[in-house]
Amino acid sequence: MISFDFGAVLAEWPLLLKGVGVTVALTAVSATVGVTLGVACAWSRLYGAAWLRAIVGTYVELIRNTPFIVQLFFVFFGLPGLGVKLSAESASVLAMVINLGAYACEIVRAGIATTPRGQIEAARSLALTEMQVFTRVVLPPSLKRVWPALVSQIIIVMLGSAVCGQISTPELSHASSLIHSRNFRAFEATLIATLLYLLLAIALRRLLNWAGPRLLFGR
Amino acid sequence: MTPRFSFTRRVLIHACALAASALFVAPALAQNALDEIIAKKLITVAIPTDSAPYGYVGTDMQPQGLDIDMANLIGAKLGVKVELLPVTSANRIPYLQTKKADLVISTLGKNPEREKVIDFTNAYSPFFQAVFGPKSIAVKGPADLAGKSVGVTRGAMEDQELGKIQPASTDVKRFEDNNATIAAYVSGQVQLVALGASVAGNMTAKNPQLNTEFKLLLKDSPNFIGVAKGEDKLRGKVNDIIADAKKSGELNKMAMKWLGRPVGDLP
Repeated sequence: MISFDFGAVLAEWPLLLKGVGVTVALTAVSATVGVTLGVACAWSRLYGAAWLRAIVGTYVELIRNTPFIVQLFFVFFGLPGLGVKLSAESASVLAMVINLGAYACEIVRAGIATTPRGQIEAARSLALTEMQVFTRVVLPPSLKRVWPALVSQIIIVMLGSAVCGQISTPELSHASSLIHSRNFRAFEATLIATLLYLLLAIALRRLLNWAGPRLLFGR
Repeated sequence: MTPRFSFTRRVLIHACALAASALFVAPALAQNALDEIIAKKLITVAIPTDSAPYGYVGTDMQPQGLDIDMANLIGAKLGVKVELLPVTSANRIPYLQTKKADLVISTLGKNPEREKVIDFTNAYSPFFQAVFGPKSIAVKGPADLAGKSVGVTRGAMEDQELGKIQPASTDVKRFEDNNATIAAYVSGQVQLVALGASVAGNMTAKNPQLNTEFKLLLKDSPNFIGVAKGEDKLRGKVNDIIADAKKSGELNKMAMKWLGRPVGDLP
């Protein structure tokens, strides 16, 4: 019979707390910037010039068809070769933004593509500029339609941040690994990290479902 | 001279010895390995080929490194030819137990479990975990690590030893495995790196442009030469050679050549 000792892991609560804080911070920054990037890319793919569509299309396909950890390693270990040296935290945020941007682009693009033609024509007939049509008439209802999918993608990116510990970012899974490499309580440390991730994901989904209608597209 | 047996009897004796050594950890053929080496004018030495700078295969496909130099030194002192036998960490002791090798010179550390099955000579080279870094960063003592970023493999011996001596302002970056730690150092993401000596040696050899050198010792666990259990004559002779080489500075020269640091005090 295995005896569990959760106390040995919980005694390291400052490390775990810091890990949760770093994971939350990584997610907050990369979700905000990533969704913005996604919207910009969606606009580019639908309304941009041919060269812009080609560039964004290449970016989206490149990111959506390669593993996140490879993208992360490229940013952290590869970019210094080109003279760009980022801290582990900055590299993690950048990789998460790039990753989320590509997925958000396709999700938002799907929402925009289903906008009824009459709605756009009505807006144009009211003499709104093309930019006004996009930001005030097309985008808000599009975001509303795809919001559940977008929220899920943000949560996937948050859970995916667990691999950022590989490049020494002190996020939650890094904290849990560090604890069990010291006290060999692997099962307990991993279980506690799992529960914390679960709580974070539920809290994030509730927050976004609450905030989306109020801040982005109205009820 | 050893008594000459007929071929079949020799095979029989060897087979029995082999079986006995496998079963009883070789008390059977005690005390005559040195005589055999002298008679055959050949000593067989198990060496590593996967742990630079102790033993690795060079660009000319020949094994080289500190352990190979040590094997050649012993051969020269005995006045016999040296046959090198590449082994791995896992099979080097069985090579000795089954008399396929007369000596094991293969970054072999001493511990009580191994002492039950083979004998050890005195230590001949240092093995250690240490902090390494470029020539441009001066590190004289643990205090010089203040404010520097140091890459280390999480949970490794280096991680624990570094934790004992580092100043609070040292930025310790913990990576998943040695490869990630090395990649972080090579790409310039950390200023210094804490590694086992042979891992660091490999890294230094592959990245000469970094000018990596030994900075700070974290922990010592020297290498010993393994001999089959009960071969006291051979062990004594090798110990004499090690003592002479220590006195003449040959051991120190080897350590400087391959490890970049003095041989220090060996047990």
